[in-house]
Amino acid sequence: MPDATGLELIGQDLGEAVLETVFFRNQATLIIDPASNRSVLAALRARGYSFMSSVHGVDYYPEEPRLGVIYELLDMSRVDRISVKLRLHTDAPQLASVVPDLPGDRGWATANHQEREVYDMFGVIFEGHPDLRRILMPEDYEGHPQRRDFPLGGEPVIFTVTESDSMGST
Amino acid sequence: MTPVENPEISEYRRREESITLSSIPEQLAEAGELTHELLTLNFGPHHPATHGVLRLLVTLQGELVRDVKPIIGYVHTGIEKTAEDKAYWKVIPVIERMDYLAYYFNSMAFIGAVETLLEAEVPRRAQYLRVIHLELNRIMSHLVWLGTSALDLGAISMFWYCFREREQILDLFEMSSGQRMHTRYFQVGGVIEDIPTGFAAKLSAFLDVMPGRVDEYGALLNRNEIVLQRLRGTCPLDAETLLALGVTGPLLRAAGNPWDLRKATPYSSYGDFDFKIPVGTVGDNYDRFAVRMAEMRESVKIIRQALDGLPEGPHMTSDRKIALPPRHELATSMEALIHHFKLVTEGFRVPPGEVYYPIEGPRGELGCFVRSDGSSKPARVHMRDSSFVNLQATAPMVEGSYIADMIATLAMLDPVLGGIDR
Repeated sequence: MPDATGLELIGQDLGEAVLETVFFRNQATLIIDPASNRSVLAALRARGYSFMSSVHGVDYYPEEPRLGVIYELLDMSRVDRISVKLRLHTDAPQLASVVPDLPGDRGWATANHQEREVYDMFGVIFEGHPDLRRILMPEDYEGHPQRRDFPLGGEPVIFTVTESDSMGST
Repeated sequence: MTPVENPEISEYRRREESITLSSIPEQLAEAGELTHELLTLNFGPHHPATHGVLRLLVTLQGELVRDVKPIIGYVHTGIEKTAEDKAYWKVIPVIERMDYLAYYFNSMAFIGAVETLLEAEVPRRAQYLRVIHLELNRIMSHLVWLGTSALDLGAISMFWYCFREREQILDLFEMSSGQRMHTRYFQVGGVIEDIPTGFAAKLSAFLDVMPGRVDEYGALLNRNEIVLQRLRGTCPLDAETLLALGVTGPLLRAAGNPWDLRKATPYSSYGDFDFKIPVGTVGDNYDRFAVRMAEMRESVKIIRQALDGLPEGPHMTSDRKIALPPRHELATSMEALIHHFKLVTEGFRVPPGEVYYPIEGPRGELGCFVRSDGSSKPARVHMRDSSFVNLQATAPMVEGSYIADMIATLAMLDPVLGGIDR
């Protein structure tokens, strides 16, 4: 982990894109502007954080902006981790995908499944993702089940007698 | 291949047909390589060689695999959603059911994250007991992998030998916790109970036997011409591509990168033990096989050291805000009764914050992200399951190889669908 000072330095180097730095329980987090997610991740890769271990989606309901996307980066040679966090409004959940390779900016192939999961569960739309479809829920599912205001339970169960009423019937 | 607009078919079928396989046919036609008609084979979800309910859409040119698309989600049970509705200590039983071959690892990742948020001290004895159970679990998981993989390669008897040893490990789990699987043995602040009398002797007997058993597996497989031909040189992938795809664990180590979180960032006293990290050289299926075989031996060494050096002391933190009071105190101490009531009904509250806690699971980095809003229930639990990420390496590994090698590669990938779908 970069210590609190190291995190501040990284934050200063990245300039405007970094809104805030949080050092909590020995874990360093950069809170960034959603528009610059690709450039911040590229800058951190240049600093050695070249392994993306995870992408998490979070719903901060009732706080605004509600949706959060967190990238966990890892520097394997210095054994150092840093999290990059950004927040999005539910009425504009568009975010640039970090998967595709752009000219002069290598993508993060590992985020493919993970961005699809965040899209599936929270409805964050990753623009430029090569195959943005639901991954865990059925293709015809409506809503994003991990959002905090999505009710638990109440899922209709398809039996033979009710099959003709359900969406999947032909 | 765009689906033909057909008003007769339902919305569901239309979306199902919208799964574009790839642009492979066009590319091949342009390059003038398309000599055979391409065949799309739907492989799974119910197929013995997919190790669970994994569905693969395979594009074949003759016997050559041109493209693979994994389709997952058939055993999605919404455990992460369920966890948000339960007190922290009640999350442990459901989270153990994600990757059903690595239940101690799942609970360790979650508990580690919660303990980091709470800044809870875990007694050394509990840390050692955790290591013993984690490594037993690793051997158990690798035994299931070895048995089922050998089955895929046609060696049926291996399955019985592996499950014979697995049974011994499950008996040990039953002895320490009362359950063979999904044991709920790890608790926030320590482990639920100390190991019973006779556990150490039984474990020790198992540790004496196990290295010999690994030798026996090796004797059956390492010089077996069929196994060698199926594994050696098939479907290699270099470490750099694996890292870009986020692959960790035995698959990455087979390609020569000795990355292991037990060594890199020791948690739960792993720094106290002397063990080696097996690595491969070329990263083909044989290396993947050999690395896991060697890992079983290393795990035995770790357990032996943890058992011999098991420190005396409590197995649970003394912080009564998070740990249940001992049963005998309930009859005499009002305070203990209050704590007990509070913990069982509401559970403990966790300071607000977000923490990511990665550990080395049997299939790679297993990380748990926990967000607390200050209440007694987690606001978000997300498991970075290693199989979920590793599955992305299937297509780059098998493209251009024979379909039979794809079966072997899938076996060596060791995906556990319970963990992938959660």
